[in-house]
Amino acid sequence: MKKGIKKGLIAGFTLLLTAGLTACGNNNAGNSAGAATEAPAATEAAANTAATPEATKAPAKDPVELLNVSYDPTRELYENYNKAFAAYWEQETGQKVTIKQSHGGSGKQSRAVLDGLEADVVTLALGYDIDALQETGLIGADWQSKYEHNSSPYTSTIVFLVRKGNPKGIKDWPDLLKDDVEVITPNPKTSGGARWNYLAAWGYALDQNNNDEAKAQEFVQKLFKNVPVLDTGARGSTTTFVERGIGDVLIAWENEAYLSIKELGPDKFEIVNPSESILAEPPVAVVDKIVDKRGTREVADAYLKYLYTEEGQKIAAENYYRPTLESVKEQFKDQFPEIKLFTLADKFGTWKETQEKHFNDGGIFDKIYVPGS
Amino acid sequence: MNVTTNAAAAAVSRRRLLPGFGITMGFSVLYLSLVVLLPLSALLFNSTGLSWAKFWDVATDARVLASYRVSLSTAAAAALIDAVLGLLLAWVLVRYEFPGKRLFDALIDLPFALPTAVAGVSLTALYSQNGWIGSLLEPLGLRVAFTPLGITLALMFIGIPFVVRTVQPVLEDLDRDMEEASATLGAGRWRTFVRIVMPELFPPLLTGFALAFARGIGEYGSVVFISGNMPMRTEIAPLLIMSKLEQFDYAGATAVALLLLLISFLMLLVINSLQHWARKSSR
Repeated sequence: MKKGIKKGLIAGFTLLLTAGLTACGNNNAGNSAGAATEAPAATEAAANTAATPEATKAPAKDPVELLNVSYDPTRELYENYNKAFAAYWEQETGQKVTIKQSHGGSGKQSRAVLDGLEADVVTLALGYDIDALQETGLIGADWQSKYEHNSSPYTSTIVFLVRKGNPKGIKDWPDLLKDDVEVITPNPKTSGGARWNYLAAWGYALDQNNNDEAKAQEFVQKLFKNVPVLDTGARGSTTTFVERGIGDVLIAWENEAYLSIKELGPDKFEIVNPSESILAEPPVAVVDKIVDKRGTREVADAYLKYLYTEEGQKIAAENYYRPTLESVKEQFKDQFPEIKLFTLADKFGTWKETQEKHFNDGGIFDKIYVPGS
Repeated sequence: MNVTTNAAAAAVSRRRLLPGFGITMGFSVLYLSLVVLLPLSALLFNSTGLSWAKFWDVATDARVLASYRVSLSTAAAAALIDAVLGLLLAWVLVRYEFPGKRLFDALIDLPFALPTAVAGVSLTALYSQNGWIGSLLEPLGLRVAFTPLGITLALMFIGIPFVVRTVQPVLEDLDRDMEEASATLGAGRWRTFVRIVMPELFPPLLTGFALAFARGIGEYGSVVFISGNMPMRTEIAPLLIMSKLEQFDYAGATAVALLLLLISFLMLLVINSLQHWARKSSR
């Protein structure tokens, strides 16, 4: 009798545990983008407008949910944008839309989608991360020509953040090569943003040396000799520079630099614009396979198109991304000074070629660190 | 499978006082499979897209080799230091009474509970050039953060509870009569320690060392912050896995992971047999 109870207890307990474990497993699979998935305030906005007569007048469509998988520094941008879009969409079609956001390193986010995270749209830091999705057939081949400006509704560039008063007198790229200057930038092997930094320096060196590749490599190599810490991501580098007080200059996205100043006060840091830099084009795309499966193509497409409207562009500019619409550009021209900008296509070709030549194993970045070089 | 376990169960239950071998063994195997064996075989399975040539290329790449060197040497150094310090801590905790002992005791487990990233961030803040401790060491020419020394420090922090918690119970059970007997028979303190205490403590110390070492090889969270991640110098092997994934190089990442798995497993195997031998020879 007692034996039976004991056996039953053990079996029951184990079954319970097994069930718990498998449940955990499923949960994890669904959330593989990490803890960052969240429903933003857009839900509230949608709920508030639900009571207005306008909403009841339109033919009742089922509410829809979108997942936007993005990268780290766009969190604030999309929080604002999602609210605006949900209001616009409901007014246009009477349909309520809730947009969930997921943020993390761009490459990591892309892998999450690759591994099964059901993103309706991706808004990532570089085309390479979307190309990876295209290669597996999740996204159609022509994604980059689907929307204007290479499917990059807003752009940014690479600038320098220095300590107040610019004690080392840093004005342009060559100043970063001086012996007494410590440069902070993340590792291009692990950070998408860092690849833009590296390419900005490389492109500048090409222009200064009549496109001499060897000279450009020497330039970049010397720059990386001055880097004492290679963080794994852009936010890590910002922390190293801002919180730890290490380094004389941080190479950063313009929007990150503005954000650091906004958060920490203009009395501590200032932005230095180099004479020439790269036009960073963070692209957007609808994930074709998933929207077709979920039946969300129409709203997902509208979501990305709305980024190009006056309101979408304004929200981008308010979050320190460079707008592409002329009228909004004009409004914010004081915030974004003219810098001579080159694009990836101008100097390097496609992302695939660039990645292979510079950042893949055995590429130029690896050679920079080979002993004796 | 079923038949053999039943037969084994029958054979065992004849000798055992408590029943339930069959069912408990069954569930043990199930758990081990779900939690350890299946994930590991998935790793192997993932690497099937990998040719031997590619595997060899990845495994012998200069940067990969350098990262193994960094990971293994810092983990070994940290585990060695932890073995000495851990013995000392366990000794103090077991043999002496002092105010705040319980607090002290609880503190030892903190590295188990703390998210490793927290450890990494706080150690970096303390030991970077302008941190509280780092700024004092800097004038002495000692740089901790962003050097192998920093990695070792982080791994020491992560590994210390392993040593203390394996040595402590053995030390508690140690028969003090033996030490007293040894002393009354005329052995000096050193001799008593070496001949009486040490043989008992050596096996758990080895276990603690092995656990701390194995943990150190795989540690990621606390190290990426303090190491500075400089290729060829302070880049650890787990970071290279991340770096390969960032290039969507799943096969390459698996290759590094597989080698890491192999090294850890071999280390544990060697140390386990060492321990077996030590236990045998001390009897």
